[in-house]
Amino acid sequence: MEKNTKHIITDEKIIDINNLYKSFGNLHVLTDVNLTLHRGENIAVLGRSGTGKSVLIKIIAGLLTPDSGSVFVLGVEVPKISEIELRALRLKIGFSFQNSALYDSMTVRENIEFPLRSDKNQKTTKEKLMMVEEVLDAVGLLQTMNQMPSELSGGQRKRIGIARTLILKPELMLYDEPTSGLDPITCIEINNLIKEVQERYKTSAIIITHDLTCAKATSDKVALLIDGKFLKQGSFNEVFSSEEETIKMFFDYNFIN
Amino acid sequence: MDSFFLGIYSAFAFVGRYFREVFKAPFEFSELRKQCYAIGVKSLPLITLTGFVTGVVFTKQSRPSLQELGAVSWLPSLIAIALIRALAPLITALISAGKIGSNIGAQLGSMRVTEQIDAIDVSGVNAFKYLVVTRVSATTLMIPILMMYFAFVGLIGSFLNVSIGENTSFISYFQEAFSPISFLDVLTGLFKSIMYGLTIGLVGSYKGYNATRGTEGVGKAANLSVVISMFLIFVEEVIIVQLSGWLR
Repeated sequence: MEKNTKHIITDEKIIDINNLYKSFGNLHVLTDVNLTLHRGENIAVLGRSGTGKSVLIKIIAGLLTPDSGSVFVLGVEVPKISEIELRALRLKIGFSFQNSALYDSMTVRENIEFPLRSDKNQKTTKEKLMMVEEVLDAVGLLQTMNQMPSELSGGQRKRIGIARTLILKPELMLYDEPTSGLDPITCIEINNLIKEVQERYKTSAIIITHDLTCAKATSDKVALLIDGKFLKQGSFNEVFSSEEETIKMFFDYNFIN
Repeated sequence: MDSFFLGIYSAFAFVGRYFREVFKAPFEFSELRKQCYAIGVKSLPLITLTGFVTGVVFTKQSRPSLQELGAVSWLPSLIAIALIRALAPLITALISAGKIGSNIGAQLGSMRVTEQIDAIDVSGVNAFKYLVVTRVSATTLMIPILMMYFAFVGLIGSFLNVSIGENTSFISYFQEAFSPISFLDVLTGLFKSIMYGLTIGLVGSYKGYNATRGTEGVGKAANLSVVISMFLIFVEEVIIVQLSGWLR
């Protein structure tokens, strides 16, 4: 398969979604969605707000159940596994939320340590501290360790959210709108961080975004989700140069805005 | 109508899940201890004030009627029966529904709408066990203790009032107060407060855990936690009083 100078994409399927449907009442959010993510690969799922992008990754993480279709993540069919199996699977998945979802009542250090309570190999305080320092260093925010989330800027919160997912060394990263609400400089920093995570931690990732710069900078492949359907998948340039009217409209809209 | 029955079903499923998870390992003892502190210790000032005032005021208001009947010496027994059988469990529960129930509803509600509960879930930790089981267990454990403390402070308030009015000693007041109290009275008071604690924890957690629609949803969860808890507390009070009446 495709080979990059810094990361290797293999044939192994990390995510394999086939004929996925999801509705909320009469609202059909996802219709016949198919997606494959290979090990080492970053896919950006592009689309306007309300097209079902976040629903898709919530189904992948087992936070929502699909109406029909198959969702295999790391070889496991997510909707069919027990809660205990799902919790074990989630230890291999990092989920970076749109609004960071940091725990307000905990310091940055406690936030990052939190996922370790589900780790069967109990760590000593010193080991935990070293792990926290390592991931904080990876996101460049070592100095914020004892701060509360309310004392951080939007960009810092995003980084800490990513650091919290890295502590368990995930194989798969799910980023929900990683650059939304951030200034252009911070967006670039977050995009670079996503690439660094891919290279340093050898992760595969789904990046949900409506930010074309983010999609181009962070992904190996782009999938365009419009009205609950993937209209086109391929490299950024392939999708961008498509002559399909709906796709052209999406890109034109994004450039105007 | 469908949504009403779905709501009832989901509430019962929530209660069922609590009882399934509460006895299952791993146990979140450190979080339980933290919640017990937040729910129990931090409620002490309010319980002390209301308990003391209840004891003083109830004694003051009861004295004229008993004086008319020439039965002022029954004052300690009357206050003790009223406090242990009814006032302490009920007032503690109503105060807790307002203070603790709304707090649980708002806290979990804001965690839900800011995706913090989802974040706990995706990190492989059982969010229900970590957030709900610990809070409900803490209210179930702490409200009976707060109730006993309320009754004790109420009796102290009553004693101070009686000792000023009737010049009664501490020992003779408490001997008089406890003489009509049976084991069943104490047991009923404790049972009531366990049920009220369970109700306050479950209602607050259910409303908060299932909150939707942003900040409006958080406010609604906090408000409904109080209203529904209070309603259920009164329903339970009537039922338990009836049951204990049959046993007496």
